[in-house]
Amino acid sequence: MNGRMRAIAAVLATVLLLGGAAAYCITAIVGSLGNRSAASALPATVSHDDDARVVFRNTDAGSGYGLVASVPAEQPTTTRDMTGVPCDRVAAAADSLLCLRIDRGILTTFSASLIDGDGTVVESWPLPGIPSRARIAPDGSQLGFTSFVTGEAYATIGFSTATQIIGVDGTDHGNLESFTLLIDGQEESNVDRNFWGVTFTDDDNSFYATAATGGQTWLVRGDLAARTLISVRQTAECPSVSPDGTRIAYKKNVSNGAAAYWSVAVLDLTKGDETVLPDTRNIDDQVEWLDDSTLLYAVARTGAVGDSDVWSIAADGSAASEIFIEHASSPTVVRP
Amino acid sequence: MYISFDRKRVAAPASASPVSRVSSTVVILGVVSLLTDVSSESVASILPLYITGALGLSTIAFGFIDGLYQGVSAIVRIGGGWASDRSDQPKWIAVFGYGVSALAKVWLLIASGFAAVVGVITVDRLGKGVRTAPRDALITAASDDSNLARSFGVHRTLDTIGAAAGPLLAFVILSVLPTGYEVVFVVSLCFAVLGVVLLALLVPARHPRAERVSRGEPRAPFRWRNLAEPRLRRLMLAAGMLAVLTVGDGFIYLVLQDRSSFAAQWFPLLYVGTNVAFFLFAMPLGRLADRLGRARVFVVGHVALLGAYAFAALPVGGIVITVACLLLLGAFYAATDGVLAALAGEFAPAGNTASGIAAAQTVVAVGRLIGATSFGFLWFAAGREAAVIIVAIALAIAIPLMLVLVGPLVTAKATT
Repeated sequence: MNGRMRAIAAVLATVLLLGGAAAYCITAIVGSLGNRSAASALPATVSHDDDARVVFRNTDAGSGYGLVASVPAEQPTTTRDMTGVPCDRVAAAADSLLCLRIDRGILTTFSASLIDGDGTVVESWPLPGIPSRARIAPDGSQLGFTSFVTGEAYATIGFSTATQIIGVDGTDHGNLESFTLLIDGQEESNVDRNFWGVTFTDDDNSFYATAATGGQTWLVRGDLAARTLISVRQTAECPSVSPDGTRIAYKKNVSNGAAAYWSVAVLDLTKGDETVLPDTRNIDDQVEWLDDSTLLYAVARTGAVGDSDVWSIAADGSAASEIFIEHASSPTVVRP
Repeated sequence: MYISFDRKRVAAPASASPVSRVSSTVVILGVVSLLTDVSSESVASILPLYITGALGLSTIAFGFIDGLYQGVSAIVRIGGGWASDRSDQPKWIAVFGYGVSALAKVWLLIASGFAAVVGVITVDRLGKGVRTAPRDALITAASDDSNLARSFGVHRTLDTIGAAAGPLLAFVILSVLPTGYEVVFVVSLCFAVLGVVLLALLVPARHPRAERVSRGEPRAPFRWRNLAEPRLRRLMLAAGMLAVLTVGDGFIYLVLQDRSSFAAQWFPLLYVGTNVAFFLFAMPLGRLADRLGRARVFVVGHVALLGAYAFAALPVGGIVITVACLLLLGAFYAATDGVLAALAGEFAPAGNTASGIAAAQTVVAVGRLIGATSFGFLWFAAGREAAVIIVAIALAIAIPLMLVLVGPLVTAKATT
């Protein structure tokens, strides 16, 4: 090829490839237009009634993708009540929502917002990365949220999660990294400490969370007043306290290899017995208690990008899991 | 500053005026890097989102993978330099490296699951490891001694524009199509393929060793021991020592985030700000390096890093401090990244350009890894601010010492 032919070929390749990329984008955008529903016409608050409701993130690509929705806990398959509130991870209490969001745009950032019963954003906090876990204390007094720490293009050691606890009265308990961590009674100050997945008890001061260091994880019991985290059990992540406070459900890494593979397990706090539940899929979610005998968690749909279903399973391991709400993630049970 | 396409540029003597033009080959290589960086960075920036949002998995295991990659990439980089010098075909070794990364993007379209995604990213980065040294050898071969650092400045400017534009392009696509990961992957593939095609079509195939022989100069076979050339060794020693005191931008960002609500809000994008500052300063600092002595500018460029540490250690926050830190970090990269390649290209014995550049870059990469790891321990042992202050003091002592160490390199340049 001579120089002229090379130049022509280069121009052709540029037009074809950049044009092809643009055409692919336009086709995808046009194809998605039919699936949009106007969020502005939807209410800004979650429906209320006298019975328990399950609040979740709707992942139905057909309508209202990413918006907060709810169903009655007794009739989860009825038509979902949609809100116009987009969240990537959501937790709910009787009169409030904790909404972790990817603020999409040319400059994409991440935030956590507390939304009150009127749909008003009370306060927002910036997050250092992609939202991971969100929880509100049963009485709505404390917020706990975890995000990944992303955007560190050059530093890759250590910091992968950031977990904060904030009181709705304005008390900022800060990042769990600033709490004293005691593992088997020994203070642990390793470089690679990480914390995630808070769950609150109903006493206003104690909570459970996950602590990790040296590639191992612990269920830890936290004390807000004393600012301590004390290990309870090894190999337990993203805990969730049962409504009666007697058990804790969590995801447990059952893999022997480098890549984690999680099953759901339930720990009886009084007896110390652990029951691994009979769902053999890889479960990566913070479990929620539907009631004192049933657990809920989301499992991604294979082959469908960004879609998942909420499944239920008996907390004593006596029955297999079944679909509870289709096209949903991030469930919270709001009890009246 | 201007870039001209001057295909008829003759090999100018070393005493050419400092305004000699940057070769069109350098500009094309810059455009190829820009396209490839748009491709790689668009995917890299949305990958955590894809893994958590689309695959429904945690990203916890990701740090481990990155650490693994750092080690492998050092070996691959040396391998790329060796293959380039040994075969005397830097262009085609570079095409292979860029091609491997483009193929990884094809795999990304059909891959599913965490392991496959990690595999794709690893292959992509291996391709990057292979191509860097031969590409920098091509830049060296296409440039005059008088404008070598400026040529690298032009290349790094274009390269970094791609690195800043890639994430923005990906986020624009996802803001319109919330689950449009596949669209990002397809666009990324198109950019990667275009980069390889333009490289193959438009960059002349240089054969540095054969060209020497045809110019009547003595044959210069590739030899590993050539890498022990005294000036190259001195450069690697200075660069390696300074690299150990380079702690990783992530730590600076974390300090800023703690103190400033502005930095906290924009934390996930601070690295894009650093890239913008990098491309703004790359050309002017490259030009300055050619004028004042490249070794001198390389060492003094660490004063910008020292400035960033100082700002980060100040007990005040706010937009001004954050922006100043990003500008200083960008200036630091602009004064050191391309300039290091120019220095290594200059000092590497004939026939060893690519492996010489690869060796210097690997020394710096390994030094920074050691620096970041040790700093991680200091961070928890001494506390955030104290750790930054300790490293800043060490750097303030090291800079004048290294300036003395590289002194002979500056004068050596002036006499050639």
